[in-house]
Amino acid sequence: MRKVFSRPVSLKDVPFHYCPGCNHGIAHRLIAEVIDELNIQDNTIGVAPVGCSVFTMDYFDIDMFQASHGRAPAVATGIKRVLPDRVVFTYQGDGDLAAIGTGEFVHAAARGENITLIFINNAVYGMTGGQMAPTTLIGQKTKTSPQGRKHEVNGYPIKVCEMLPPLEGTAYVARVAVHKPKSIIQAKKAIKKAFEVQIKGLGFSLVEVLSACPTNWGLSPIEAVTWLEENMIPYYPLGEFKTPTAGVI
Amino acid sequence: MKGNEAIGEGAVRAGCRYFFGYPITPQSELTHYLAKRLPEVGRLYMQAESEVASINMVYGASGAGARVMTSSSGPGISLMQEGLSYLAGAQLPCVVVNMMRGGPGLGNIAPSQADYFQATKGGGHGDYHLIVLAPNSVQELVDIMKKAFDLADRYRNPVMVMADGIMAQMMEPVELDDQYQIEIQPKPWAATGKVDHEGKNLINSCYVIPEEMESLNFILRDKYSEINKNEQVCEEYQLDGADIVLVAFGTASRICRAVVEKARAQGIPVGMIRPISLWPFPADFIGTAANRVKCFLSVEMNMGQMVEDVRLSVCGKAPVYHYGRFGGMVPTVRDVLEEVKKIYSGGAGQ
Repeated sequence: MRKVFSRPVSLKDVPFHYCPGCNHGIAHRLIAEVIDELNIQDNTIGVAPVGCSVFTMDYFDIDMFQASHGRAPAVATGIKRVLPDRVVFTYQGDGDLAAIGTGEFVHAAARGENITLIFINNAVYGMTGGQMAPTTLIGQKTKTSPQGRKHEVNGYPIKVCEMLPPLEGTAYVARVAVHKPKSIIQAKKAIKKAFEVQIKGLGFSLVEVLSACPTNWGLSPIEAVTWLEENMIPYYPLGEFKTPTAGVI
Repeated sequence: MKGNEAIGEGAVRAGCRYFFGYPITPQSELTHYLAKRLPEVGRLYMQAESEVASINMVYGASGAGARVMTSSSGPGISLMQEGLSYLAGAQLPCVVVNMMRGGPGLGNIAPSQADYFQATKGGGHGDYHLIVLAPNSVQELVDIMKKAFDLADRYRNPVMVMADGIMAQMMEPVELDDQYQIEIQPKPWAATGKVDHEGKNLINSCYVIPEEMESLNFILRDKYSEINKNEQVCEEYQLDGADIVLVAFGTASRICRAVVEKARAQGIPVGMIRPISLWPFPADFIGTAANRVKCFLSVEMNMGQMVEDVRLSVCGKAPVYHYGRFGGMVPTVRDVLEEVKKIYSGGAGQ
């Protein structure tokens, strides 16, 4: 019998710690499929900083670095400068990248650092138990915005993809979602493109992945993907924000 | 050569291939020197967006197997403490230079030794040690860089080289050893991509299961014990017949050398022990010396930090005093000599 579906080679056969309905698993799979398809498993190095994302260090079957909170782009810079022919990517959550790590991702982009950032935006701090993130929507209730996020107190959610295009070092910036099959197919295309941009040496690439966190949103997995569709996508529109070759995925 | 430049040239000759740093006085000339010199020899000087980024770039480069360094001064070194803890936890070699300045807070850019505790007691979180070296001449600044990189690689541990604004700005003649052979051992643990090795390499300090975290701590403890056994280094000066022994490192030790000479000329038997490794502290040598001297005076450019290690080393065998100037002030020979005389007439002379 012909095997038509299996675990990507670049993903290890280990149990994931993620909650039921969490979209990290989908994002992992897409990255691993891209690594397999580009045949770069042996020369790809990943960086896993702090948050739910840290356990990616155990899930990918490639060389990995665990990094401190927010600093993955700096660590990736150090790696890439030493090993310019390797493919180097970070896998960062919204708290990690868009709060504590704002300095590092902005300057990696400004330098045109030839690395790829996979930015998982689920609008909440997951690992620490559901606190407000820099990408938490106005009105969204979290453990630290129990009345709903108010701009008078907490300001506005950060739109990372909209921030980056003016920086000349950025080569590819896209926002995708993994809440339904059609989006997942597009997400994989964007991730593949980002890796290809890096392999071609075109500069900094970032793919923001809108992702559901049912546990910390207090929703069922199905409610969560619906909530993502109805609330996150209107504020965080999908698409390519910067690309070395014109076109929409 | 200027002290700052000497460190730079020492690093180049020690095979340092990458520098990541952020501007701060009084270490600026070091970065100016390396920014020019490293590209000349086909290596990388890179200015980061912060000290936090610098130390994490060092983490990445070191984990990828490179000889790498950064440098800074007090406030910037404080920002690097989290990164240093990660480097120690992941057992990554690197060299960090701290040109200490007056503090706390923004302080000033004048010379100081106020970062002794931070460097030797683990300024970041968790149980770890840096290897800490404190040269006291421009020649030693050059030579110690080779030693620093070698120790870092041998023990897979960050090494800090501590000096101050006086050492940084001081000009002295330097002999550069062209014969120095760099023998960089292979680093099979480096995460350079699976193409380079069997299986998967992971650079990591995160162990969620306490038993596993404790296992790493046991490994670190054994390593630190090995370092403590092998790497205590100090210099003695006129210890023969000394009743009072000054203990001083770096700039303070240069002042104390003159104090010893003046005191001896006046018939007061004073000697000096100069710790060159601040961690591991030369406890064995000081402990042995304590059997035959009447008292110790720790002379520091701080409110009294190293004096605690001197007391632990002496272990109650003799009184241990402290004399310090701080906040960027430097003790004078006259001030220290007065203190010596006070101690001598107060009992150490009887």
